[in-house]
Amino acid sequence: MSERVPKYRYTAGQVTIVRAIWVLIGAVLALMTLFPLLWMVSISFKTQAEMFDMGLVPANPTLDNFRYVFTQVDFVRYLLNTFFVAATVTLVALLFHSMAGYALARLRFPGREAIFLTMFSTFLVSLPVIIVPLFILVRSLGMLNSFSGLIIPSIFNAFGIFLLRQFYLSVPRELEEAALIDGAGHFRIYWSVILPISRPILSALAILFFLANWNAFLWPLTVTRDPELRLVQVAIAGFQGQYTAAWNYIMAASTVVALPMLVLFLIFQRQIMDSLKTSGLK
Amino acid sequence: MTLQQTDTAAGPRPAARRRLSFRTREKIAGYLFVLPDALGLLVFVGLPMLLALGLGFFEVDGFGGYRFAGLANYRRMWADPLFWQSLGATLLYAAMLVPSLYVSGLGLALLVERTNAWNGVLRAIFFLPQMVSLVVVALIWKMLTVEKIGAISRALSPLGLGGISFLGNPDWAMFAVVFVSVWFLMGFYMLIFLGGLQDIPKEYYEAARIDGAGPLSSFWFITLPLLRPTSFFVLLVSLVTAVAGGAAFDLIYVMTKGGPANSTSLLIFYAYQQAFQYNSFGYAGAIASILVAVLLLVTLVMFLLTRGGRFQYE
Repeated sequence: MSERVPKYRYTAGQVTIVRAIWVLIGAVLALMTLFPLLWMVSISFKTQAEMFDMGLVPANPTLDNFRYVFTQVDFVRYLLNTFFVAATVTLVALLFHSMAGYALARLRFPGREAIFLTMFSTFLVSLPVIIVPLFILVRSLGMLNSFSGLIIPSIFNAFGIFLLRQFYLSVPRELEEAALIDGAGHFRIYWSVILPISRPILSALAILFFLANWNAFLWPLTVTRDPELRLVQVAIAGFQGQYTAAWNYIMAASTVVALPMLVLFLIFQRQIMDSLKTSGLK
Repeated sequence: MTLQQTDTAAGPRPAARRRLSFRTREKIAGYLFVLPDALGLLVFVGLPMLLALGLGFFEVDGFGGYRFAGLANYRRMWADPLFWQSLGATLLYAAMLVPSLYVSGLGLALLVERTNAWNGVLRAIFFLPQMVSLVVVALIWKMLTVEKIGAISRALSPLGLGGISFLGNPDWAMFAVVFVSVWFLMGFYMLIFLGGLQDIPKEYYEAARIDGAGPLSSFWFITLPLLRPTSFFVLLVSLVTAVAGGAAFDLIYVMTKGGPANSTSLLIFYAYQQAFQYNSFGYAGAIASILVAVLLLVTLVMFLLTRGGRFQYE
């Protein structure tokens, strides 16, 4: 360890050059990251003939691919199904997780720490590992091929409880104490004091939960066979087999599926990234 | 429904309320508030996890009948070359993915660490792939690497690499899957590292600079040591993602179906195939139990090292 290195002093010119290189690296990496997504959008406006041409901007832009997706396939139904499932899971999960997170952070009852640690220990259990027993379980509950089978098992995850508990630990106690003195019960406090102040974190989590369920593939693939219950991700994965080389249709469908989430991201970028940034560590 | 239950329990019923002490009411409320999630996690996560450990000892037929099979599934696994190949693929995938995610996540975080408008845009762009479903991600990359005519194949053809079928060649497919996984996941790890970098007091860098430390030595002697809790979290989570994560499953299901020549058949994918393609639920359970054991071990180690999930650095 040579601790006595000579003092670093940069001239203004050096600083400018370093900054310029930094910006350049950033720009190149950003373009490489964006390029596949831009290509998806580009192909969805191209005709079958020019599909694999190298131009990013289509020579003869067309809406036929989208027209095809919406008329030849029951795509609207898949979109509505997915919206329904994702929205329901999100709402119920927010309610349950904020209740549990609040109780685990604030209410005193025997076994609280043990319950929290047990819940937290399921944090690393991932769906592919438990999918076979979960499928058998859901089958024996008679929930295969149903909305309840799609929705109920997707509600529960330790991540949301964990984040909300962390949040409630940081809420000042004075707020509840004032309400307690006024004689409010615990549910009243939760509903009219705690829920309103958790709006920022709940809206960030709402986006994350909705996103996760909109994009979910493995569970819907496993638990439903019925085309009436098909969700979008399963549907577009299936297109692939049906329209082997028709990448213009597949990319149009992909664009339709990806676009709402990309728009959501543009609007709520900061909330999404901030809530994830603190997820790992605190 | 739970909403109404608790409402009546805590609603304005002065007579009942006076009978119960404040402490008792708090206890009841605590249990009621935790109940829905505790029950749900127990039934839909805890129980399947326990079942996953035991399922391997049974033979399950298509109608839900069980027959105790002892170690038959595990003996079959021992003798199954495809199991060993899938195990090897899983280890290879993890060995490539975990370091790649660490380096790309930390690299991107350092690149965009300073808060300004340009870096804000970059952060958003690097995170953007996370918004897209893995099915779409897999389809996009499949389209880009179509042999000879896909955009990437064409761009690489001046280098003499245009004819490579990245997803069709057993020597390349795993690299392709790792590459796409990194492209998708790096934004998340960038954010985690940004959170970690923010927690390092700026005075340390200031002091080091006055003592004459250059950027490399302040990275080596300040950033890396103080990032230890973040690094630990990142390595742990990316390891679990690589071995058992849903991301890899979705990508492989759509991009390669475990092929070519089973070169990308990860254990999670192989177990899924055994269960839902060949109806060998018991055998799939045996494979999954190996993964559960690994996960439990990793969780246990994490608990011991972090004293029960506290990642705070002391």
